[in-house]
Amino acid sequence: MNSLTASELRAEAGAGGPAPVAVRLERVSVRYRVPRERINSIKEYAIRKLQRRVNHDEFEALREVSLEIREGEVFGIIGRNGAGKSTLLKLVSRILPPTRGRVWVRGRVAPMLELGAGFHPELSGRENVFLNGTLLGFTHQRMRELFDKIADFAELWDFIDAPLRTYSSGMTARLGFAVATAERPDILIVDEILSVGDEAFQEKCQARMLEFRESGTTTLLVTHSMRLAEQMCNRAAWLDHGAVRAVGETSKVIERYHGA
Amino acid sequence: MQAEQSLAKPVYDSAARRAPWVEEFSALWRYRDLLAQLVARNIKTRYKRSVLGIVWTMLNPLLMMLVLTGVFSGIFRFSLQFEFYAVYALAGLIVWNFFAQTTSHAMSELLWGSNLLHRIYVPRAIFAATALGTGLVNLLLSLVPLLVVMVITGVPLRPSLLFLPVPILLTAMFALGMSLILSRLAVYFADVLEMYQILLTVWMYLTPIVYPKEIIPVQHRWLFNLNPMYHLLELFRAPIYVGWLAGPKTVAAAAAAAVVTLAVGWWTFTRKADELAYRV
Repeated sequence: MNSLTASELRAEAGAGGPAPVAVRLERVSVRYRVPRERINSIKEYAIRKLQRRVNHDEFEALREVSLEIREGEVFGIIGRNGAGKSTLLKLVSRILPPTRGRVWVRGRVAPMLELGAGFHPELSGRENVFLNGTLLGFTHQRMRELFDKIADFAELWDFIDAPLRTYSSGMTARLGFAVATAERPDILIVDEILSVGDEAFQEKCQARMLEFRESGTTTLLVTHSMRLAEQMCNRAAWLDHGAVRAVGETSKVIERYHGA
Repeated sequence: MQAEQSLAKPVYDSAARRAPWVEEFSALWRYRDLLAQLVARNIKTRYKRSVLGIVWTMLNPLLMMLVLTGVFSGIFRFSLQFEFYAVYALAGLIVWNFFAQTTSHAMSELLWGSNLLHRIYVPRAIFAATALGTGLVNLLLSLVPLLVVMVITGVPLRPSLLFLPVPILLTAMFALGMSLILSRLAVYFADVLEMYQILLTVWMYLTPIVYPKEIIPVQHRWLFNLNPMYHLLELFRAPIYVGWLAGPKTVAAAAAAAVVTLAVGWWTFTRKADELAYRV
């Protein structure tokens, strides 16, 4: 699995040198095939196939993107809607394989693209914690160990055995966030800063993310807020129509983004 | 020290992936706790708000069998081995329901899951596996009423019943293979689920489940051989009736149907599974 040579690894981990690479994209392209017309039935498909009328548009979401993100960095990704930012996050989260090029990621990735994935309204908060946790790749045993911490953080001990349908949306979101961040990931993937629950809870969430950063978690942050990017990120990349237009120090990248 | 820590971290390299059918298998094994959670969710939520709860799973085929026995046992009285019609029909229904429910359920599971696959990584085969796991739990539960009916109607409980895991395993393999093929189709075409329900009804009546195969004229009976579910059913009923594992021809036909269907299903599903996340 690990295709870096031993000497490369040593060089990366060498004392005083730059931190080892956490994420590396090598000339990565993602191409979606979008059917020109939605074909919803087998009958329609068969007819069109016979008439040779099944047409697809190719849509290149990312083009030859190369990036290297090092351990402990908070890396921002900026750009207009449809520039390929979310696609890039999906590549790193392993949700999407690249059409061309290579994606290399070292460490456990926690994608915060969907909180409370798979939550079921009829199950209790407790049951949902286990379901959601195993969906995120944890073992049952690990979830048992993390459970108290999760209920503490979400402040939901009083309702933990009530069905989820009785929860307010804020409570549900708190539970989802608590599960997603119960264990410090090596790489945290954030698509826009989440506004979960009330102000006090939002502060708690921010504190937890800062705590992760302090402990060496690499963060990939997609945001439309330049203020936030400038404030949070060491480095940033500007994506435009699927290609990297600028990468480097956050303030300089933002400058070029505004200049365009 | 730091280097050692880095080495212990999991590495994902899109350029160093194994063959899809191997990769998916090991991913499924890593996510086995999720599989258990999803099956538990299905069992729990199905009966969460009903008084009888899990008992329904056992009552369902039983009630159906009672109706069928009332209607058909009179009609089929002429065939002599039919003194145990109730057990015959119940055993058939249990296997058929297992197959029909697992495959139908797999489609709706993947439709639900394909939304999820845009947001988190989960092994794609887990949805068909969930349907299979849920079906297996229901199948095992419905063996309880089968045993009860056997005792009541005086069908002897022979040691050959210990052969039952063989037909159950083979039917499960066949159902999983079909589930993988059908569920991927269902994601692409909205009408597959409905078409399949119609197909299932026709298929059920073409299979000797509620009627004995002897009512079909001899010159047409060979047609049953083309039906995989016929062999799987025979294999399931033999330990109950004949008191032995079915004949070598039935075993071979059932095993071949199971292995080939699962291999084809697994191979085609895993090869194209990446496309599921690409659908926009």
